[in-house]
Amino acid sequence: MDDGSTSKLHWRVARVVDSEPETDSAQTIGLAVPGWRGHLAGQHIDLKLTAEDGYSAQRSYSLSRPADGERIELTVQQIADGEVSPYLTGVRPGEEIELRGPIGGWFVWRPAEEARILLVAGGSGIVPLMAMLRERVVLGGAEFRLVYSVRSPADVYYARELGQLERDCDWLRVAVVCTRAATPQTARPPGRIGASDLAVPGWTPDDAPRVYVCGPTGFVESVTTKLIGQGHRPSAIRTERFGPSG
Amino acid sequence: MAIANKGFRGRRTESARQLPPGQHLTTDFPVLQAGPTPHIDLDDWRFTIRDERGHQHVWTWAQLKLLPSDRLTVDIHCVTTWSKLDTKWEGVSLDTLFESVETTAEFALIGSYGGYTTNIPVVDLLGGKAWIVYGYQGEPLSPVHGGPARLLVPHLYFWKSAKWVRSIELRNSDTPGFWEGLGYHSYGDPWREQRYAGD
Repeated sequence: MDDGSTSKLHWRVARVVDSEPETDSAQTIGLAVPGWRGHLAGQHIDLKLTAEDGYSAQRSYSLSRPADGERIELTVQQIADGEVSPYLTGVRPGEEIELRGPIGGWFVWRPAEEARILLVAGGSGIVPLMAMLRERVVLGGAEFRLVYSVRSPADVYYARELGQLERDCDWLRVAVVCTRAATPQTARPPGRIGASDLAVPGWTPDDAPRVYVCGPTGFVESVTTKLIGQGHRPSAIRTERFGPSG
Repeated sequence: MAIANKGFRGRRTESARQLPPGQHLTTDFPVLQAGPTPHIDLDDWRFTIRDERGHQHVWTWAQLKLLPSDRLTVDIHCVTTWSKLDTKWEGVSLDTLFESVETTAEFALIGSYGGYTTNIPVVDLLGGKAWIVYGYQGEPLSPVHGGPARLLVPHLYFWKSAKWVRSIELRNSDTPGFWEGLGYHSYGDPWREQRYAGD
């Protein structure tokens, strides 16, 4: 694939091919991008909306799965007073949207890497981490653990697929941590991710896993502070943070 | 090539002044970095300028704080498209720090605690264009925003304003830094929208 490091990232006109609700406030959108040459799990795109008078707004969105030919997929969380996300969650198949990418070469997982992987997601921070799991289903041999923090069970993205993957794949275990309301069958009371949620047997600092943390700034700060407190090396932790930018 | 997204109006920026192309205003201060936030003990903090012959100029925290400082109000522009107006900083101009440095080098590689690097032409660091800042909005700069001290080069995209700054290495040739080696633009002028290589 094109590594994007030397050639110009051209704006391309993508066409929405499908759009399905992921949760009450998030939409998964499939786009056909002419000339798309693939991307690494964890990379993102820049997307541009243009009003009829020429005003335009750009935002970055993580890709949620490996490319299928020229088809890529995003999951967009609607931000109530956002500028771009409320429009995107309402797009219909056939609409055209400009985008460019792939972007980012750090918060990525490559199937050839064999290190154990700990993924820690906060809310919509699951999106690039899901791309890594979906890549791993197809290629590679690494063992994965996912700790996924959401407000309540209804906020879990890709819920059915994550359940199916956990049943089918011996290389994956998933722990969903609910901060406000938990499922009846779990013993863990609702609350933010704590040190015990991150002390995953087999994924301790002695096991030298690589850790990917993605979520809102406060979440990432809190999780990385706990991980370093447990003895994980800062250089083994890769982060991606986002603020409410719309 | 330009298309219009029917029904998209956007939230027009009610900005006191024009923003660089593709940017939108934020009143938050979003945080973007590739790894955990390092916490640096002021007793151990050092800032070093190493010239192209290997001579080192080193400041301790106490020495930095004794230097004349500037208070400045600037706009900052992040490559992820947010801009923030009228941010207030306090710190030491690099012109002051370079007074004792003899160099003809054209390029600088900035280094940070935690291992981050970024490259900037020397001409963009001098002439009242860049500072080592330790105060933000009247308070000590917090670790999450790059404290105890970060570089501030407001005329370039904000990834050039390295958090937790530790060193400036002066070089005769240009060496890409962390993001610049991962597809981001080598110079990063927001007014020319130089986000990625080739822009």
